[in-house]
Amino acid sequence: MCRIGAIKSKQKLHPSIALKLMRSQQEGHDDSGFAFVMQDMGGIFENYKELPLMSMAGTVEGARLAEDILRDIGFTRVMQWSPDINNKKGLKIEALPIYMFEALQYPKSYKHATKEEKEELLIDTSIRLRKALEETNSGYIYSFWPDTLTLKEIGSPKDIGTYFNLWEENKDLTSSIITAQCRQNTNYDIVRYAAHPFFLEGYTGLVNGENTFYEKNKSYQERLYKGYLGFESDSQCLLYTLHYIRKILKWPLQYFKHTITPLSYDEIIKREDSDILLRIKASLEHLEVNGPNTFLGVTPDKELICVCDSKKLRPVVIGKHNDTVIMTSEVAGINDLMPDRNTEEDIYPNERETVVIKDDLTVERWQQ
Amino acid sequence: MAAVKINELHKSDLPWILEYDESKCIQCGKCTAVCSFNAIKPAVEIRKKSNSITEKNKTERVLVIKQNISLDNYCRGCGMCANVCPNGAIRLIRNKDDKYSVAYRANKADSFKKGGRSNLNTEGRTLDKIKIGRISQMTDPSLDAQRHTFELRTPFGRVLKADKLNFDVKDGKIVETTQLPPNRWIYPIIFGDMSIGAVSWRMWEAMAIATAYLNEVMGIPIRMCTGEGGIPTKLLKSRYVKYMILQIASGHFGWNRIIKAMPDMTEDPAGILIKIGQGAKPGDGGLLLASKVARYVQEIRGVPRADLLSPPTHQGLYSIEESVQKMFLSMNAAFKFKVPVAIKVAASVTSVPVYNNLLRDPYNIVGGFFLDGLAAGTGAAHEISLNHTGHPITSKLRDCYLTAVKQGRQGEIPLFAGGGLGQTGSFAADAFKLICLGANGVFTGRMLLEIAGCVGSDTGKCNACNTGLCPAGIAAQNDNLVKRLDVDKVAQNLVNYILATDIELKKLMAPIGCSSLPIGRSDALITVDKHISTRLDIQYAC
Repeated sequence: MCRIGAIKSKQKLHPSIALKLMRSQQEGHDDSGFAFVMQDMGGIFENYKELPLMSMAGTVEGARLAEDILRDIGFTRVMQWSPDINNKKGLKIEALPIYMFEALQYPKSYKHATKEEKEELLIDTSIRLRKALEETNSGYIYSFWPDTLTLKEIGSPKDIGTYFNLWEENKDLTSSIITAQCRQNTNYDIVRYAAHPFFLEGYTGLVNGENTFYEKNKSYQERLYKGYLGFESDSQCLLYTLHYIRKILKWPLQYFKHTITPLSYDEIIKREDSDILLRIKASLEHLEVNGPNTFLGVTPDKELICVCDSKKLRPVVIGKHNDTVIMTSEVAGINDLMPDRNTEEDIYPNERETVVIKDDLTVERWQQ
Repeated sequence: MAAVKINELHKSDLPWILEYDESKCIQCGKCTAVCSFNAIKPAVEIRKKSNSITEKNKTERVLVIKQNISLDNYCRGCGMCANVCPNGAIRLIRNKDDKYSVAYRANKADSFKKGGRSNLNTEGRTLDKIKIGRISQMTDPSLDAQRHTFELRTPFGRVLKADKLNFDVKDGKIVETTQLPPNRWIYPIIFGDMSIGAVSWRMWEAMAIATAYLNEVMGIPIRMCTGEGGIPTKLLKSRYVKYMILQIASGHFGWNRIIKAMPDMTEDPAGILIKIGQGAKPGDGGLLLASKVARYVQEIRGVPRADLLSPPTHQGLYSIEESVQKMFLSMNAAFKFKVPVAIKVAASVTSVPVYNNLLRDPYNIVGGFFLDGLAAGTGAAHEISLNHTGHPITSKLRDCYLTAVKQGRQGEIPLFAGGGLGQTGSFAADAFKLICLGANGVFTGRMLLEIAGCVGSDTGKCNACNTGLCPAGIAAQNDNLVKRLDVDKVAQNLVNYILATDIELKKLMAPIGCSSLPIGRSDALITVDKHISTRLDIQYAC
């Protein structure tokens, strides 16, 4: 089973906090991988917030191929960073030769481009990079978006932390939002792309659970938007649905829950908004999610969200202390990091609840 | 040497041969009284009294039961005589060397007609070769069919893609900006379209009672389709019409009354079903022989007592564009665009183009695609059509679903499949498998008849629905025969069967971890047949 966590703070945090959050939940996962996404960057990335930041891993050939493609499109490198590697013997990690994080300047022709035009360029570039790397089996592109950094690897989370020197806090690699997962999740093949958190155009998603409507979701989403790719994990579908509701349809966030776990007909007809909810239930029937799961997400508004399946079959807890909020699978993780918080204020979301941590850390809770 | 008249009909030519045990018979007469086909009769046999060759002329007369050897009054094997015999003195033996249908054609110069269903059964049953093989276990636990709640409703009516709903957002909430196509949420089983006339008024009434009871008392939102034969005016004007899908077919039977009743209707019907074709006899229109056109059938349909043949096609509709513009629009307009209008066609090689055309219709006025397979039943058909025309339901349903998937339009015109469901006794399993293959729901007529007590089979037993002499009173129009059917008992059995099916559907949803209908969840299915696996795109297992 996966263990997932999302941390949001008014301070800039180092990813060591995510490793520590996951360490106490070790008994709940299979020690097979670690992945994290950092958003709202600080440290050495603080000054490049508006520029796309590419997170990739691969071979030397893969890195060269990516550079060629970026140059061909007209991107220019502004800043590059690679983690310090501690390749000591005996670490359980399936490391790749190169981990590359680059801030890039948009092509000159985009000088006066709108936000939408730039975003279109980023998703198209991201898809092109992914396809090229896949065809040559030379690497992985995890995110290509401003103010976002992603790292995923197969192995023991503890050793992955050691390999990338992530246990030692420093001020270079920080952000205010960190989402992380332990376990190289997939019930199928061990594929790096299958590891949560998944990221698409400012939206991040992690799931602890299964989606028994994977086939339905996938067959619908494959033709819904060009960025809905991969489907290496049944959990990606939840991120794509969040993206579809918010970015494509531009519906308020509350309708995400109405889409993935719609109320029953008998419950809906008692409500004032029954017409709307029945339309959504019919039109987005193929985006419903079934099976046990907890979803944690991040939106471009820097909000954290948490929703559960309609029968509340998977755990999650939300704790807050001073200027940090943590959402995670087991309370043990929060206890380790926030031993002094008032546990009576912990939130255990129910099956019909959406919990939103706003950018100013205020907590909103809606019943569906 | 005795002369044998070779060209006459003989007992050995008939499909069923009577076996009569005189020693058990008490001559009560029940068997001859019950036979609706006049296929057996009391007779006197003159027998030699003794085996002695010297006592020559001593004979006795014995009362026996004999079968008629006639092209018209012949035994259909319904078995009613054996059912009523108190001593088991009579039974029927299937004649493997039956030549009746040859003799019928040779003598009458006419196509042989019958009711019921195809008796060839050359296709085998695809649905029986499919199993539900993806069982949730451990990390993805099975649900509990008894404890958990399940949503078994499906949309009926045109569904628009989310970005075509023209929703607006005001104060953080979605609001509607335009009138959207009518959409109803119904149980995924529809009582199939059997007209008053094709079935007896008692059978039809029992179905209508069961439908109302299931909705109003049991909370199961099942719908019933009227068939092309009208609907009693009293029902039209009652609130129960909201559970009825009114059918219009090429004969337009009964629509005069419906139109006249419209101003007095207090509820909208559940839907309109425009029947273009039916699975049992695709390419043919309805066929109600004069013998079944009883007085009340004449009244409801507004017709004389004559053979009622619906044309094979709707007159004046020669293309999908025309039908969309004329008929569908008319039916939509008739109920102010508040009632879903669906289409029923026979499964055919051409079903996918038809479905595609309707999916792409810019007016969004087709609210359901009913696909009827060749194992479906019928009140009457030419045997040649029944046995030799049609298309199995399973692959065609799948084709239609996958063509929608290919365009990202699955669910926009809900698919309903029927034709031979429950043939091998597992109706819920058949329904469930078709839903996993992409159906929003299923419709059935044959199961309702079987529940009511139909004695027919897919292997040549009875199948005399066309004659009006149905021995169970189900497809009969003769008063005495109709009275055999207990309306309340049939309604009760129909309700019970649906309640049982409801439990069984949940028993299949629970192990695959589904709390709502698994429409299109083909990943839950496996098959032990490689060809079926390839054709339906489901996992092969061995």
